[in-house]
Amino acid sequence: MPKMNLSHFEAALLFALFSSVVLGVITKRTDAERLRYGIRCFVYFMAALIGLGWLMHFGHG
Amino acid sequence: MATTSGKAAELTPPASKWAPPVLLGWLIPGGGHFLLKRTGRGSLLLVTVLSMFLLGLMMRGAMFQPQTGDILTTIIYCGGFLGDLASGLLYLLATWLGYAQPDVAGHVHDYGTKFLVAAGLINVLAMVDAYEIATGKKD
Repeated sequence: MPKMNLSHFEAALLFALFSSVVLGVITKRTDAERLRYGIRCFVYFMAALIGLGWLMHFGHG
Repeated sequence: MATTSGKAAELTPPASKWAPPVLLGWLIPGGGHFLLKRTGRGSLLLVTVLSMFLLGLMMRGAMFQPQTGDILTTIIYCGGFLGDLASGLLYLLATWLGYAQPDVAGHVHDYGTKFLVAAGLINVLAMVDAYEIATGKKD
């Protein structure tokens, strides 16, 4: 099994991507709604990731 | 009373209707959707769960073993074990073939462990979706 080294950002990005795809697929009824919801979830994930990252950066001083 | 239980029985769909897609969905991610002829959604779920699980293994994530102790230990280790187990055949094959890693320090390993659990939790969502489709609660 090959070993993979990802940065925090890359790992969180992949996590957000996969989670958003599934949330979009299982929650909405039409393909257009699924796509919109998946993109919205991904944007929220990224906003939380970057926001919390900066918050921890400033919290550490 | 008899009428109430009769109504409840009417509302609860028979297990023969939903158990096969849910069980197949547990064993093979997206399998329930394939059984219900939702191949597009099933393929997306299969690719997603499989990718997360393989990435978790490649990041050398650890598989949880159930442990009891204080409440936090019990929740984390038993919950983590259930999350891992929810990946179905992927988990069973990985442990059987010796890919279960010991828990080591490091952010990549830590992310790997979370990816393995998240793959199982996503599969639980897929199983719930398959249940709702099988019982007619969803298209």
